[in-house]
Amino acid sequence: MSCATEDVVAVVRAAAVTVREHRDELVELDRRIGDGDHGENLMRGFTAVTSKLDSHVPDTPGAVLKLVATTLISTVGGASGPLFGTAFLRAGTAVGGLYRLDGAAVAAALEAASAGVIARGRADVGDKTMVDALAPAVEAARAAVGGSVAEVLAAAAEAAERGASSTVPLVARKGRASYLGERSAGHLDPGARSTALLLRCFAGSGRFADSADRG
Amino acid sequence: MKKIINDPSAVVDQALYGMALAHPDLLRVERDPAVIVRADAPIAGKVAIISGGGSGHEPLHGGFVGAGMLDAACPGAVFTSPTPDQIVAAVEQVNGGAGVLLVVKNYTGDVLNFATAAELAGADGVDVRTVVIDDDVAVKDSLYTAGRRGVAGTVLLEKIVGAAAERGDDLDWCAAVAAKVVANVRSLGLALNGCTVPHVGQPSFALAEDEVELGIGIHGEPGRQRLPMEPADALVGRLVDGVADDLSLSSGDQVLLFTNGMGGTPLVELYLAHGIAERLVADRGVQVERRLVGSYVTSLEMQGMSLTVLKLDDELTELWDAPVRTAALRWGV
Ligand SMILES: Nc1ncnc2c1ncn2[C@@H]1O[C@H](COP(=O)(O)OP(=O)(O)OP(=O)(O)O)[C@@H](O)[C@H]1O
Ligand SMILES: [Mg+2]
Repeated sequence: MSCATEDVVAVVRAAAVTVREHRDELVELDRRIGDGDHGENLMRGFTAVTSKLDSHVPDTPGAVLKLVATTLISTVGGASGPLFGTAFLRAGTAVGGLYRLDGAAVAAALEAASAGVIARGRADVGDKTMVDALAPAVEAARAAVGGSVAEVLAAAAEAAERGASSTVPLVARKGRASYLGERSAGHLDPGARSTALLLRCFAGSGRFADSADRG
Repeated sequence: MKKIINDPSAVVDQALYGMALAHPDLLRVERDPAVIVRADAPIAGKVAIISGGGSGHEPLHGGFVGAGMLDAACPGAVFTSPTPDQIVAAVEQVNGGAGVLLVVKNYTGDVLNFATAAELAGADGVDVRTVVIDDDVAVKDSLYTAGRRGVAGTVLLEKIVGAAAERGDDLDWCAAVAAKVVANVRSLGLALNGCTVPHVGQPSFALAEDEVELGIGIHGEPGRQRLPMEPADALVGRLVDGVADDLSLSSGDQVLLFTNGMGGTPLVELYLAHGIAERLVADRGVQVERRLVGSYVTSLEMQGMSLTVLKLDDELTELWDAPVRTAALRWGV
């Protein structure tokens, strides 16, 4: 059962808790170089996701991911709504109708998610956005394929955290922070931070810890 | 934080409730998803004009719903763009069969959410066009960035393209008029203090008594430059120079001059500033043909102002003068 639908539902619920716990931190990061809504936007979205899951649980991991996507798109707003929405949508499409996900499927889902965000937002690595966390996470996940779901996610989370930290000295070239020009340097990008938080939550939820044994 | 609110997360919803009660003759409010709709929409055969954006900029956009301006406005959470389902719902409410023009301020969030909605409505067979306004000269435009922001010039765009739709122009022509406004309008703003977003609870930035922030947007975000506070003549001079240089204003040009308050600036200061601006513009040999003074594109309770110049031709002047009947702009009817 380790990477079946109920596991994906569980990590999505855990993500909602993480977002709630870090709401103020994300608001504060966004207040420094944006408009102070990132934590609130994500919390609104993930709260809606949780209540959707309370009333209906789709029957495949892919369908859960798509439910997350459409809910985020219709409740978050801002730049991060369509971007995170696209990420979950592409991830859901990538895993198709599979009932169980292995490490390779998770890595492929992450890769599709990142490609979707880049296609929508047209940001490159170094523009000081969530792409700075996502792109290295994809590379690390790809390198970890062959390992368990837990190993792939742990590698991705660690790379995303490093990627998020790397945004601090950067001058933003995309999103609201770009309006600040040079003054955006010296601050952590809120979207990169939330991306790393979500991946750490997926990796650390413990749901996948034994997936290697069970294949 | 001291505000006349109950619950920070219910501010927009409760304000919409009051707005519907205040203007039953002009508009109706759909609650889920939230859309402010012109009372007599849809109007068969008329191009529908829809705009939207974060709340907190009132009267933008809902205050401009009505005859001669917007058919619908989609209010997002405070300073957060609306979601695609709101925009799709607006299209369904106001589409009169002649197509829909979406007026979008150039912010990543707004652009992405409106683009998603346009795709969905287009897939339903509606002829949807989008115009993106980016009038803020404070942000340097570049292929590699998010580009300039849409700010106070949005009101002029909504008024003029709304008039074009009202007189029966088709979607192509409305889009062309909109593009002409975007090409000829520029703005620059300054703030004397930040503003407090209800769900944040503290000011977006802090300025000392003797500081001013130049090149602000309309979301309480800090500007491009922090300067020592100066008398009005010098401050307004900076705004006029920034806008006039970017527009390459030259002697003989005819313009509309718009002095906008950011929400917390008394009208007495806006008139004072407008007087200076009009004199400085005239000093350049430019004729001020039309003007607008007041707080129309705001940033909650921010103290500050912006200056917008639109280069006019006969068509734009005629459309500006056309009748309009909305909560915040009303003449000729
Ligand atoms: N073009 C882009 N590509 C990828 N990520 C982006 C892009 N633009 C912004 N972001 C990410 O979105 C984050 C901000 O999300 P947030 O929820 O605060 O939306 P916002 O920009 O405030 O939206 P809005 O413009 O409606 O207020 C940034 O920290 C950045 O990581
Ligand atoms: Mg933000």
